Amino acid sequence: MTPYEKLKTARMQGRPTSIAYIEHIVDGFIELHGDRCFMDDASIIGGVGKINGIPVTVIAQEKGTDIESRMERNFGCPNPEGYRKAMRLMKQAEKFHRPVLCLVDTLGAYCGVGAEERGQGFVIANNLAEMIDLKTPCISVVIGEGGSGGALALACSDRVYMLENSVYSILSPEGFASILWKDKNRAPEACEIMKITAQDLLSLQIIDGVIDEPEGGAVLKSLDLFTKVKSLVYDEFTALMKLDTDDLTALRYDRFRKIGCQMQKI
Amino acid sequence: MKAIDNILECIKCTRSFSEQELEENMMVCKGCGYHFRLPAKRRLEYTVDEGTLTEFEGAAIGSDPLSFPEYKDKLFKTRNELNITEAVITATGEIDGHKCVVCAMDGRFLMGSMGMAVGEKITRAFELATQKRLPVIIFSVSGGARMQEGIVSLMQMAKTAGAVKKHSDAGLLYISVLTDPTTGGVLASFAGLGDIILAEPKAYIGFAGKRVIENTLGQTLPKGFQTSEFMVQKGFVDKIVHRKDMKDTISALLDIHKGGTEL
Repeated sequence: MTPYEKLKTARMQGRPTSIAYIEHIVDGFIELHGDRCFMDDASIIGGVGKINGIPVTVIAQEKGTDIESRMERNFGCPNPEGYRKAMRLMKQAEKFHRPVLCLVDTLGAYCGVGAEERGQGFVIANNLAEMIDLKTPCISVVIGEGGSGGALALACSDRVYMLENSVYSILSPEGFASILWKDKNRAPEACEIMKITAQDLLSLQIIDGVIDEPEGGAVLKSLDLFTKVKSLVYDEFTALMKLDTDDLTALRYDRFRKIGCQMQKI
Repeated sequence: MKAIDNILECIKCTRSFSEQELEENMMVCKGCGYHFRLPAKRRLEYTVDEGTLTEFEGAAIGSDPLSFPEYKDKLFKTRNELNITEAVITATGEIDGHKCVVCAMDGRFLMGSMGMAVGEKITRAFELATQKRLPVIIFSVSGGARMQEGIVSLMQMAKTAGAVKKHSDAGLLYISVLTDPTTGGVLASFAGLGDIILAEPKAYIGFAGKRVIENTLGQTLPKGFQTSEFMVQKGFVDKIVHRKDMKDTISALLDIHKGGTEL
């Protein structure tokens, strides 16, 4: 698949969204709502449950699966209250020494008047700073689209994985084309340049691994895929939970610290 | 700002001034009070005590991870034109005798955007400040993350935010000064994380650009939306400070925090 075809696959109707992953991976999931400040944001699902017996916190961006649920979920574009809820639940997980699983699937943080009024930029900044230092293991899996700071706010983790046909980028290819060439219709061209695919990001050492999908891309019936994600997350959590907290946060800091630190003279 | 034979025109009220006249007023329009965008070096001259500035990492420059068309040429050209290596100058210096790390971004350098060089310089500045137990002052001016470096630019947000957190956990002061404009990935990382966040008057401050929001909503935005004044009203900026009072305000804040760190 070309990068543009991967983008289309990542956005395809019928591709499993976070709800499906939670259903198949997490036992006894209990959803917890609200940011204790302004309101609940349905574009981020948060809650607790168990993975093979380990208690976990799950924080997941949900785009919705049909028109009605997409509207309700704001197409997976969180407002500041969504990020505040995510941080509240991360801090809760830290308190109870529960590992955190984040599922990333968003075009980006929502761009609207209310989002700006409630400090979208400041809230994301805070999430980055807190998550990178969270004193409990964190794993992020990009299951569809990882767009801009809105995705990164759930991806400052010890391990970041991407599904084979998911994409992760500085901005949506449409936004990128619009900023650089004043023409969002050049998104296919942007995809070729941006290095948005899981394979590109693995070679740039931005992510830790790629999770294979069935031929043609993941669908709701891809039970093998859910099993694969579950055992990967379980194995990683088991290994990370053995680390001393100071080592854990130091390693996570270094993970991001080394990105773009070796500068060449050009 | 438009220059015609050393006559500069204010972009807000279109009044014209000689460069000398503007310089005497710290590049603030005498007509409408608009704060002209400042080159990083001039910003540092206005802020840091004469003879105390030591720039570090002057040679830290970037890379081209996407092999983006014409990006390298653009970097070379911009460097030569402006005589600075990247969109931020990081330094140590004194403000009324208070030792600190001071960084000033330069909006003329690819819109003050943050790629790996800016991310690395800001991170090193915080790491040095943490090690030497110094406060950090940053003057931001930025269009956000640098598109030409793609995902690597995005990761600089996490990297700088992590460095700010370590500095903060060490009990040290960080004053973030937002100037026109501070947006996108810079606001949503180190610029949005100050213990104290100051802003120059009427600066454009926001996460998403106006055009993007208008396209999303299909409506024109209210007047005064995403300005310094708006951000104070909404509770995200501590205080608006006129350029002529900036050094005194920072100095007073440094003085207040000095006692705290020495006890």
